Amino acid sequence: METSNLTGKTIQKYLNEGKRFDERKLEEFRDIEVEVGVSKNAEGSARVKIGKTEVIVGIKLDVTTPYPDSPTDGNLMVTTELLPLSSPRFELGPPKIDSIELGRITDRMIRESKFIQLDKLCIKAGEKVWNIFIDIYSLNDDGNLLDAAGIGAVIALKNTKIPKYDAENEKVLRDETPETPLPTSNDIPLSFTFHKIGDSIIVDPTREEEDFSESRLTIGTSGKYISSMQKGDEKELTPEEFKHIVDLSTQVWKDISKKIEKYLK
Amino acid sequence: MTKEFKRPDGRKIEEMRPIRAEVGIIPNADGSAMFAFGETIAIAAVYGPKKMHPQHMQNPEKGTLRCTYNMMSFSVKDRIRPGPSRRSMEISKITEWALSPIVLIDDYANNVIDVHIQILQANASTRCAGINAAAMALAHAGIPMKGLASSVSIGKLDTQLVVDLNKDEEDWEEGEGATDMPITFTDDGKITHFQLDGKITPEQLKEVVDLGKKACVQINEIQKKALKDALKKEE
Amino acid sequence: MDRKIVIPGEIIASGDSLPGEWTEKRGSDIVALRYGLVDESNRLVKIIPLSGVYQPRMGNVVIGKVRDITFNGWLIDIGAAEDAFLSVAEVPRYVNKGGLDEVMDIGDMMVAKIIGTHKRSLDLTVKARGLGKIEDGMIISVNSNKVPRVIGKEGSMVKLIKDESKCNITVGQNGLIWIKGDSVEDELFSKKAILFVTEKAFVSGLTEEIKKFFIKK
Repeated sequence: METSNLTGKTIQKYLNEGKRFDERKLEEFRDIEVEVGVSKNAEGSARVKIGKTEVIVGIKLDVTTPYPDSPTDGNLMVTTELLPLSSPRFELGPPKIDSIELGRITDRMIRESKFIQLDKLCIKAGEKVWNIFIDIYSLNDDGNLLDAAGIGAVIALKNTKIPKYDAENEKVLRDETPETPLPTSNDIPLSFTFHKIGDSIIVDPTREEEDFSESRLTIGTSGKYISSMQKGDEKELTPEEFKHIVDLSTQVWKDISKKIEKYLK
Repeated sequence: MTKEFKRPDGRKIEEMRPIRAEVGIIPNADGSAMFAFGETIAIAAVYGPKKMHPQHMQNPEKGTLRCTYNMMSFSVKDRIRPGPSRRSMEISKITEWALSPIVLIDDYANNVIDVHIQILQANASTRCAGINAAAMALAHAGIPMKGLASSVSIGKLDTQLVVDLNKDEEDWEEGEGATDMPITFTDDGKITHFQLDGKITPEQLKEVVDLGKKACVQINEIQKKALKDALKKEE
Repeated sequence: MDRKIVIPGEIIASGDSLPGEWTEKRGSDIVALRYGLVDESNRLVKIIPLSGVYQPRMGNVVIGKVRDITFNGWLIDIGAAEDAFLSVAEVPRYVNKGGLDEVMDIGDMMVAKIIGTHKRSLDLTVKARGLGKIEDGMIISVNSNKVPRVIGKEGSMVKLIKDESKCNITVGQNGLIWIKGDSVEDELFSKKAILFVTEKAFVSGLTEEIKKFFIKK
C-alpha cells in the first residue's frame, strides 16, 4: 500500500513539533546492526540493518586488463539490485530512488573519496590489474536503502582480502586462503541522505517518510572532507537549508562512524 | 560398500551437514524463512495471495504459484553476473512444480502467490535449500497447505550413495564420478520433485528414494521447529 | 490458556472430533491445513491463523485507501487480495458525476464496512455512523490476525488503551488502526500501547502485561 495523503499530512504535523512516528529526533538514525563475513565465497561481505531496512553487500575480485588511461590502477564497479523479495512495491515498477541511482551514488562516494587505493592494485603495469566488484542487494526496504548500501559497502570493503594470484599461469587461486587485506584508506567515507519534508530536514527516513520526502541531498563525507554530493527530487533547497545539511553531515558522520568502528578494524 | 567410505569432510554416509532454519527474517514479506545446509544458505520470501499482474496471466479457475530462484553474484567462488540465467529460470520452474502439490490455492482465483528465493552462499544443494526455505515461508505466510515439503540431494560418488552433497562431492571424479539427485518429499511421503545427472543402476535408484525419504523426515522436523520457535521470538 | 501451535500437515486430534476451519479429516485424524493455534470447543477443532493476508468477511469494518476513481465509484485498497469498490450510491450525500475526487481523492483514507462479498470483488459502504473519510490523526498497520487481541474480549483491550492514552481508536478488521488524539504525544503513546499488544499478541497473560505497561508510564 503506497502511503496515504493523510499520513503525509500527519508526518508534517509531527515534524513541525519536532516529532517522528518512532519518536526519533530529526537527525537521529535508527539502530544499526552489522554482520561481517556473511557470504564465505565472497572476498568480503557484510549485512547491514538500519531499523528494519536490510542490505547485503558482497565483494568479488578478479584480474583484468586496466583501462588505457589508467594502466597502473585497479578498477571498481558497483552493481545494485533492488530485489522483489525486499518489498511488495518493487515488482510493479521502479521505486522513488531506483537501483541505478543507488548504485551510482554509492559508486561516487567510494570512488571520489579514494577510499580504495586503486594504484596499489596493479599486478603488471598496462596488462593486469585487480577488478573490484561491489554487489549490493536489498533484503528489506523500510526506507533509506541508500545509506544502508553505503555503510554496507564500506564495511565489506574494509573486511575484504585479495586472493592469491599465480602470475605464471595467470590464475586466481580461489581455493587458497587469502591473506592480503584490500588496501583502503584510514579515512572512512560514508554517505548520508538528508530529506526535506515541509520545512523540516530529517535523516534516515522510514519508508513512509521517504514517500513524502520532497527534496533530498546525499553527501559522501569522511568527516573532515566531503567528496561527493547529489541532490535529488524536485523541490528547491534554500541556501540556509543547504548549509544546515552540510553542518549536520559532519555530526552524523561522527555518530555513525563511532557506531560502526568495531567493524572497520 | 564393504569398506567404510570416506567423505571429503568426514561425514558418515547418511549424515547431513549442520542444518539451520529460521522464520520471519524479512519483515515486509507476508512470510519468509532461511534454510541452510552447512555453508549453503537460502532465503525465501512469500508475497500473497494478491492480484496477479500482468492481468493476462490471471487464472480464473484457481490461484497461481509463481517461484523465482536466483543466486547472489558473490554466492559462489567465480562471480555470477547479477540477473536471471537459464539455469536459474529452470530451477524456478522446478521449485514451482515441487511446491504446487502442497499448496491449497483453488480458492484464490485470479490471485498469485509469489515465492522469491535467493541464495546467499552456495556449497551445492542450493535448489534443495531453496525449496526447504520456500516451504517454511509459505506456511509462515498463512498459505493453506496440505503439509510441508522437504528437499535433499542424494549423491552417488563412484558407487557409494551419500546424503546431502557438498561442492567437493559434486565435483567427485574418482571411478564413476558423481551422480547428483535432488529429491523433494511431502510430509506424507510423496515425491514432488526429482532430478538426476550422472549414471546409476535401477536398483541403486530405488535405494536413493529410501535414503531421501528418511532424510526428509528429519528435515521436516527442523522446519516444523523453526515455525514453532518463531512465536517464541515474539515474547 | 496456552494454545498449541501447529503447522500444515500436523495431526491435531483423533477420534470423534469434528474438523473446523483450516483443518481436514484424514481417516480418523484431524490434520491442520494452516500455520496457527489450535482451538477446540465442543468437539469442534479449528485453527486460529497466526499470519497471512487479510481475509475479508461480510460486515467487517475496514480502513482503506482510495486507489483509483471510476465514473461511479472508488476502488479501495484494503490490503486483501480482492479489489474493494465503494459505489456513489453508498455515500450519504449527493455526489456530482465528475465530482468524485472532490469527495474522496486518490490516496485518501476512509473507514468503511463490507456489505457484499463476491468471487472477484467486495462492496463497501460508508453510509453509517463512524464511517467515512479520515481527515486527521495517525494510521498504523498491524497483521490482521492480531486484531482480535487489540480489540480484546468484548472490546476491553481497545477500551483500556483508549482510556489510558486519551485517544479515539478505530480498529479495522484488516489490520489498519486509526488513532486520533488531542496531542502528538497522546497519539504516539497510543501507538506504543497498541504495538505492545500486537508484539505479545499470542502470549498468555497479556492483560497483566498491558496493565504493567500502563503503570510504568
